[in-house]
Amino acid sequence: MQKYSGFGLLKHALTYHENWQRVWRNPKPKKKYDVIIVGGGGHGLATAYYLAKVHNITNVAVVEKGYLGGGNTARNTTIVRSNYLWDEAAHLYEHAMKLWEGLSQDLNYNVMFSQRGVLNLGHTLQDMRDIQRRVNANRLNGIDGEVLDARQVQELVPIMDCSANTRYPVLGASWQPRAGVARHDAVAWGFARAADSMGVDLIQQCEVVDILKEDGAAVGVNTKQHGPIMADRIGCVVAGNSGVLANMAGFDLPIESHPLQALVSEPIKPILDTVVMSNHVHGYISQSDKGDLVIGAGIDGYNGYGQRGSYPTIEHTLQAIVELFPIFSRVRMNRQWGGIVDTCPDACPIISDTPVENLFFNCGWGTGGFKATPGSGHVFAATLAKGTANELAKPFSMFRFHNGALIDEHGAAGVAH
Amino acid sequence: MFYIYCPYCKEHREEEEFHAKGQAHIARPADPDACTDEEWGEYLYFRKNPRGLHHEMWVHATGCRKFFNVTRDTQTYEIKEVYKMGERPSIVAQDQNPTAAKQA
Amino acid sequence: MATQKNRLKSGGRIDRNKPLTFFFNDQPYQGYEGDTLASALIANGVDVIGRSFKYGRPRGIMTAGADEPNAIMQLGATEATQIPNVRATQQELYAGLHCRPTSGWPSVDFDVMGLIGQFFGRMLPPGFYYKTFMFPESFWELYEKFIRKAAGFGRSPRERDPDIYDHMNQHTDVLVVGAGPAGLSAALSAARAGARVILADENAEFGGSLLSCRETVNGEPAHQWVKQAVEELEQNENVLLLPKSTVNGYHDHNFLTIHQRLADHIADKAPEGKARQRMHRVRAKWVVLATGAHERPLVFGNNDIPGCMLASSVSTYIRQYGVIPGRNLVLMTTNDHAYRTAFDWQDTGRKVIAIVDTRQNPTGPYIDEAKNRGIQVITGSAVIQAEGGKRVDGAMIAPISADGDKVTGEGTVLTCDTIATSGGWSPVVHLSCHTGSRPVWRSDIHGFVPGETVQKQLIAGAISGNYSLSGCLKDGADIGLLAAANAGHSTDGLAVAKLKVDELAEGEAMALYSIPHSKPNSRAPKQFVDYQNDVTAAGIELATREGFESIEHVKRYTAMGFGTDQGKLGNINGMAITAKSLNKTIPQTGTTVFRPNYTPVTFGAIAGRHCRDLFDPKRYTAMHEWHVENGAKFEDVGQWKRPWYYPKPGETMQDALNRECKATRDSVGVLDASTLGKIDIQGKDAREFISRIYTNAWAKLAVGKCRYGLMCGEDGMVFDDGVTSCLGENHFLMTTTSGGAARVLEWLELYHQTEWPELEVYMTSVTDHWATMSIAGPNSRKLLAELTDDIDLDKEAFKFMDWRQGTVAGVPARVFRISFTGELSYEINVPAHFGMHVWKKLFEHGAKYNLTPYGTETMHVLRAEKGFIIVGQDTDGSVHPYDLGMSWCVAETKPYSFVGKRGMKREDCVRVDRKQMVGLKTKDPRKVIPEGSQAVDNPNQPIPMTMLGHVTSSYYSACLGHSIAMGLVRNGLNRMGETVYYPQADGSVIEAEICSPIFLDPKGERQNV
Repeated sequence: MQKYSGFGLLKHALTYHENWQRVWRNPKPKKKYDVIIVGGGGHGLATAYYLAKVHNITNVAVVEKGYLGGGNTARNTTIVRSNYLWDEAAHLYEHAMKLWEGLSQDLNYNVMFSQRGVLNLGHTLQDMRDIQRRVNANRLNGIDGEVLDARQVQELVPIMDCSANTRYPVLGASWQPRAGVARHDAVAWGFARAADSMGVDLIQQCEVVDILKEDGAAVGVNTKQHGPIMADRIGCVVAGNSGVLANMAGFDLPIESHPLQALVSEPIKPILDTVVMSNHVHGYISQSDKGDLVIGAGIDGYNGYGQRGSYPTIEHTLQAIVELFPIFSRVRMNRQWGGIVDTCPDACPIISDTPVENLFFNCGWGTGGFKATPGSGHVFAATLAKGTANELAKPFSMFRFHNGALIDEHGAAGVAH
Repeated sequence: MFYIYCPYCKEHREEEEFHAKGQAHIARPADPDACTDEEWGEYLYFRKNPRGLHHEMWVHATGCRKFFNVTRDTQTYEIKEVYKMGERPSIVAQDQNPTAAKQA
Repeated sequence: MATQKNRLKSGGRIDRNKPLTFFFNDQPYQGYEGDTLASALIANGVDVIGRSFKYGRPRGIMTAGADEPNAIMQLGATEATQIPNVRATQQELYAGLHCRPTSGWPSVDFDVMGLIGQFFGRMLPPGFYYKTFMFPESFWELYEKFIRKAAGFGRSPRERDPDIYDHMNQHTDVLVVGAGPAGLSAALSAARAGARVILADENAEFGGSLLSCRETVNGEPAHQWVKQAVEELEQNENVLLLPKSTVNGYHDHNFLTIHQRLADHIADKAPEGKARQRMHRVRAKWVVLATGAHERPLVFGNNDIPGCMLASSVSTYIRQYGVIPGRNLVLMTTNDHAYRTAFDWQDTGRKVIAIVDTRQNPTGPYIDEAKNRGIQVITGSAVIQAEGGKRVDGAMIAPISADGDKVTGEGTVLTCDTIATSGGWSPVVHLSCHTGSRPVWRSDIHGFVPGETVQKQLIAGAISGNYSLSGCLKDGADIGLLAAANAGHSTDGLAVAKLKVDELAEGEAMALYSIPHSKPNSRAPKQFVDYQNDVTAAGIELATREGFESIEHVKRYTAMGFGTDQGKLGNINGMAITAKSLNKTIPQTGTTVFRPNYTPVTFGAIAGRHCRDLFDPKRYTAMHEWHVENGAKFEDVGQWKRPWYYPKPGETMQDALNRECKATRDSVGVLDASTLGKIDIQGKDAREFISRIYTNAWAKLAVGKCRYGLMCGEDGMVFDDGVTSCLGENHFLMTTTSGGAARVLEWLELYHQTEWPELEVYMTSVTDHWATMSIAGPNSRKLLAELTDDIDLDKEAFKFMDWRQGTVAGVPARVFRISFTGELSYEINVPAHFGMHVWKKLFEHGAKYNLTPYGTETMHVLRAEKGFIIVGQDTDGSVHPYDLGMSWCVAETKPYSFVGKRGMKREDCVRVDRKQMVGLKTKDPRKVIPEGSQAVDNPNQPIPMTMLGHVTSSYYSACLGHSIAMGLVRNGLNRMGETVYYPQADGSVIEAEICSPIFLDPKGERQNV
């Protein structure tokens, strides 16, 4: 792999950038692999990378029906944090957070991970009780965090209206300094480039149309463009399509796919240095390095694969943003879009074996997928390598929806994003 | 924003008046106590999630408060049909055969 | 003041009698009414209006419309009225307008980045930041600071917006988008058919290309026809005309939003009391897109030097605004249409140096006309690079091959100050794509047109590739009629009047997007594709060379199309370059997805009035004013404003709570409990219905009796609770939590309508019908006795958990003897409009008992002393009745398997070591464990620690003289008397003993007196 550095850039500048190598190959699929990963988004590519790097399994294909990193990886609001309430979720997301720290160097690709801190605002007494509860749990789990009062929030974000004049005044917040944002596309590309360099075949424009089974066990996938490709183990990491893939394999998932919308403003000069999230008035916001205000909306209530949602959701979100940041009233929305989020009833993912032997699913991340990308790939790689869920993944079995051992991040503490 | 025909009010109304309530035609098991954990879990959580025609329930929350069924394409968002509780859809996907409705 | 050196003596639609003074960079300039900011700047000879974002190159005005990438201004005279990123080409000029460039430091004329850019620009290929700034790791924060500082255009105001924004809901038969020739014709014919029509156009004046075209309509200048058309539409009461209104989003089921600028042409702030902008939320039966087409510039070396412009824009400036952006023009074109720019230029008396036509042998009336006019036409050639610094001073032209791939000869430089280019036209398909439809490539017009859609959408005019004026007029009229007919209007006998247009026939255009250079693109002068993001042809080629082959990858890697113009100017050229370097065709390469907005929309306009007071409704009880007058602090509970506590002067919150608690336990207190949800349930099966919904038994509850009920989801987890009273054999009143009322009602309806439609039961919300005041304390009976003479309050006649109907303070009332405090207590319900009267009467009579109002906080303390839960505070959706130690509230033997029963029996729900609700007594009785503290067994365990559960409710109890708490503890019900530890953020540890959560009066004697 061609190593990236400032010096390299200078060297290439002298030859008019005519000699940059391809970041990844464009291979024809082999007949058979040790592992096929269906889905070339951030999670799938990270899985491939860690399979090769940690488990030395390099006879791996990632099959992607579109282009790499083209699903939710390309359309999320790039927030990274690990301040989840329940132990199982907290450990998983903190595992991801530790991988984020140093990821650019690990991949030799700047994913622009910016630890500018995340505020989760509280607007009611119950919000504040939930924040206390969550921050206490985080602290005892070794996750950084503190509870701030309204005055401290105001000091961190001077442009926010923390007065008593808003409909639901800011009473305080939780603050995770290590949290932040990253450049979403770069994460996918960085993992892809590093995985490719270790021999993983990245096969784009290759749509899986069936899961091939023998004696009830998965043995490969059938693809629209390249026909059957066989494998010992198959991992599906297809956010927004998990239900469709599961149906190919013959089972349902406890998942509904919903539109989740986001929007950006026109680029403006730096004005917001942290990430601000509010579940109560429902909006979250950060400013990208390009200068756009990146704003996330709530989930639309219906199932939808259209990568778009309903307009009132956008209205409500901007009402919340203008309520919190009245100075942004004159800033303009440039673009809005939607992703497809696979939501589980308990707002926690599924990293699991399935009713079909040798077929594994990593899905149901809902609104929380991007922040978990390296962690998700890391534990799913371990699961695929061993054929059984690793310690961190175990609580996220799809069979928890049978025995009732849910990890209810939804009901608890209102950290739905 | 959807424009939804309420079969009780007999009018098209804006989506803001309605709440989406998920998959339609899920029958509550007749004898819950006889269900295994797995069966109960399937009833509680496991859902059809098709890319294409979907039979789903909506409620006219700020209108007549009636629940009804909608057949909608989850890709194009077209509403193909609206029908009352207890009625059967006349438009179904070719590979779909919704389980017998409890409302039938 | 500078003179308008580029202003023409005559012509244009500006009013030379109305001069307007405006300020650019604090320097005064003059323009005229009817100018845009861009035309006024051009009139004054301002060439450099910004600097490019990556390389700091000087930039000038390129276009005359929504596709403008460069002229992005900061507008506003005061801090609060700053407007970032205004496109000068769409901003109408007004007197006193203040603007400045959004780039360039210290100024656009002398920019430090421009100097640095010259040296280091080569270090900044696409994606350079992914490849560097990684070492050392700790420096990223610093790098990022500089990257951020360099990015962004304008700035947000720092003060609150003084303006208001409106919303308006519209229903219409036909919405016509765009009031050019096709749109006007469509609106006319739809309106003549009797349809309700909305016609919206982003510009100040209707007419589109008709305002600047050379053609005549029916022998008159085209704008005369526009005038007549607008007059006819104005007189039709079924027609709503919306100029200055951009249809910015096309959503599902023919819902569209129109962003109307009501005051942006007057000042940076709307007149007092008026809205600055309005968002129309339109539901249209049919939509006619008549959005026209955008001209494509050609990509060539140094094509960003000020003086390089779009051909049609040059014509627009000349003919519509009476300004000319230079003296000597070189026009480069791939088509006949652009020849008219040379004619327009020459008509002003200024010099056309040459028409450089990329076609080898163009023929036809346009070419003939050019020759007749004595204009030099150089064919089979192209401008391969512009010369100049802050303004074009020459165009290097060279012969090119017939396919446009190569330069085939030596370059020569033509001296000029303006290079206008046209690479053909791209239909404005954006809106048609917003709901997921993909555009389709048409090789005959070298452009994408709208693809198949499920929306009720028609297209007319140039958007469908119909580029001739006569064609647009006819197409519009036909489509307008069709839309009206589709919307249910008869069009019988409505013929489309044929308009006479004198126009020249156009010959075939050449498919050419990017002009070759004698050097490879990587070594040629920069050839800009997306000006705003400094994306060049070489950059795109580099991206594909590196393996970014999907058009989406190219877009994301190079940032092409991400600017505020959203690629209107450059995207097709970029796709063409991508396709060529991948050896594919443009349709094989595909387009990126167009999303709302068509042009950017003010946050305020989308939010509308729904902020502050109107952000979310505030609900007040009937006694709210009394609470305000008596100094209550309020708590938000759902939408309700509930009194939280009533501090007296000098009291701390804890003082007030202590006083309120004691007064209640010692004598009598009163709580405004009106916010509790109340659902009236009737019907012969009401009892059975309630029994299936609640976990406990209801079969035997007699008329006149009340009972506490617990409600669970099918997962067995508690989700609401409250007291339900039997008002009659088939009539019950259910109460719910304050925040849960609407949810519970929908839940009841769900089960009734979908699961048990055979049950005859009717539910209705009566929350707002009743004012509810709960008097509690040993003197509550005495107090109530003074206010009623028809309710027997004798303790045997009116027992705990009974309710009675009667009169209180002279008004009809229901009185429930229920208690959330453990005291003798009555909940008085009166019709809401009597609430204040009864409340005041209570205080008139209560003074002698020291009747004390208390709020939600004291209520929380009093109920916690009794161990009563609050759903949502002590539960979180993961707690079932057994976890709460409330097995007494689960009637397992009920015949019907009630909602939640099966759920709470699942494997994980019957584990013995679940987290269970217990009381907690601190070792130090004064210490109150902060709510949310997490329990551990071993406070010295290294992190991560094993957590057992958290404190859900915790208070200092003045009545008991020590702190009390409730919380969940793993296996807590079996650990009575054991100690758990609560490590705090400050490093201290609070020790507590697990106990019963009933701290006061465990036998319940106080409420039964």
